[in-house]
Amino acid sequence: MNAWGNVQTITKRELGAYFSSPVAYVFIVIFLLLNGFFTFMVGGFFERGEAALAGSFFLWHPWFYLFLVPAVGMRLWADERRVGTLELLLTLPIAPWEAIVGKFIASWLFLGLALVLTFPVVFTVNYLGSPDNGVILAAYVGSWLMAGAYLAVSCITSALTRSQVVSFIISVVACLFLILAGFPPVINLLPNLSPHWQWLVEVVTSFSVITHFEGFQKGVLDSRDILFFLSVIVFSLFTTSVILRTHRTT
Amino acid sequence: MIKAANLTKTFGTKRAVDGVSFTVERGEVLGFLGPNGAGKSTTMRMITGFIPPTSGTVTVGGFDMLEKPIPAKQLIGYLPENAPAYTDMTVYGFLDFAAAMRGLRGDAKKSAIQRAVSLCFLQSVLHQNVDTLSKGYRHRTCFAQSIIHDPEVLILDEPTDGLDPNQKHEIRQLIRQMGGKKAIIFSTHILEEVDAVCTRAIIIDRGVIVANGTPQELRQKSEFAGAVTLRLKGVSAGEVSARLQPVPGVGKIVVLESGPGGVTVRAFAKPGGVNGALAAAIGEAVKGWPLEQLRTEEGRLDEVFRSITLPDTGKEAKL
Repeated sequence: MNAWGNVQTITKRELGAYFSSPVAYVFIVIFLLLNGFFTFMVGGFFERGEAALAGSFFLWHPWFYLFLVPAVGMRLWADERRVGTLELLLTLPIAPWEAIVGKFIASWLFLGLALVLTFPVVFTVNYLGSPDNGVILAAYVGSWLMAGAYLAVSCITSALTRSQVVSFIISVVACLFLILAGFPPVINLLPNLSPHWQWLVEVVTSFSVITHFEGFQKGVLDSRDILFFLSVIVFSLFTTSVILRTHRTT
Repeated sequence: MIKAANLTKTFGTKRAVDGVSFTVERGEVLGFLGPNGAGKSTTMRMITGFIPPTSGTVTVGGFDMLEKPIPAKQLIGYLPENAPAYTDMTVYGFLDFAAAMRGLRGDAKKSAIQRAVSLCFLQSVLHQNVDTLSKGYRHRTCFAQSIIHDPEVLILDEPTDGLDPNQKHEIRQLIRQMGGKKAIIFSTHILEEVDAVCTRAIIIDRGVIVANGTPQELRQKSEFAGAVTLRLKGVSAGEVSARLQPVPGVGKIVVLESGPGGVTVRAFAKPGGVNGALAAAIGEAVKGWPLEQLRTEEGRLDEVFRSITLPDTGKEAKL
């Protein structure tokens, strides 16, 4: 039995688990409603008079994900531990990373599906004007990568506890840090300290999802931004595996 | 098939399991007995590779659990305590997942599921969600998961816990049936189960093995083993005791009942005494008295269990 087959089996099971409960449908509906409301009402899609989605649509994604992604990720490990199925899963003839990756991919695909279902916005903007669809596609890719980074952080917090609520709260706080690190009001606090601390500002802002998401919104697929999101994912999944191992030994 | 050598597990400062060693061969059904919190589940979790031991080794089918976990785990079917199952799946979906994780595909998978379903009597709930099942069915669903790949080693943590008497009987029969071809370990605190199913039993207390043997051997450890109980009419307890005391092989004599209807007396055999001959000797000694009943006691597992696991208070509790 190859490792990839195991990952696929677990991914399939997890995806099934989302759709066999109302969670998936509630999530998708809320995500789409929020997107619609913020794009057209708050973001002023029509008033802007420009054939683009960056300023009105993608702008909000880091904030939606702040609450919605931890809601998707919170059950991943917390529930396995609470119900006791973790014991079944980890005594199967698989390596732990296969379970971790399989579960992550399932949730990530689910988030991807929710994102794809926002396609009417793309149709709308194409109907009204002639936008650069390459830029829009790049922004979608960036948005999905960003969702993956949030999700990987939620994996860590979910592995930390049996309680989904605790997992949710901790991962919202952790993701908030990832956002605020690049949020202008926060950044503006730092240079006032001293110009010598400029490097600190750069370090902090380099952790921000907003800074890294900006490039994608402009249609730039910068390898550094892609690498940032992927490395957050890999690091977080690795941390998850360490946490799961620690639970078993103590 | 299964070899545990010097297994030790400490949680913080508490030694949950302390130097446990045993082996289980194919064709053996090993009963794991012990009070709650004795370390049964912890030991089983180490054997299945769920938790690594603090020290000691587990070998399953020749594969070291720490160094070669995947081939070792392939040989094992495991029913954890409380029989967890994914509540958001149907019984069929859950078994399908378990079979796929065991590397079964296509027709092999289908027939494996069918086999497990019919062995565990799950046909009627096959397409029901696991969280709507009664406890017995959920238990059997998880049990079906553990035998889906027809494993050579079966580890069952309290497989009959929470089942009704009929279901218990079915599960025991299943274990006994499979026992011929597999190496099975199961834990329980129901002692009759040990007699019904096991070829060997281990009693574990506070993380240490305190007894290891066939159910017969364990019963021999009982004080009752070989004791003779007799009931007589029309004589006093004192007279009976006086006649029994000189009989060779008789140890302590206890008067169980004494009244106008008669007396019931139990003569315990001396350790290592002549078991079979004792009843005959006693029968000879009380000749001439109206004997109503005379029987040789078998050892009682529950008494052995209590006296071994609670050495300080067990004896007082009995008398």
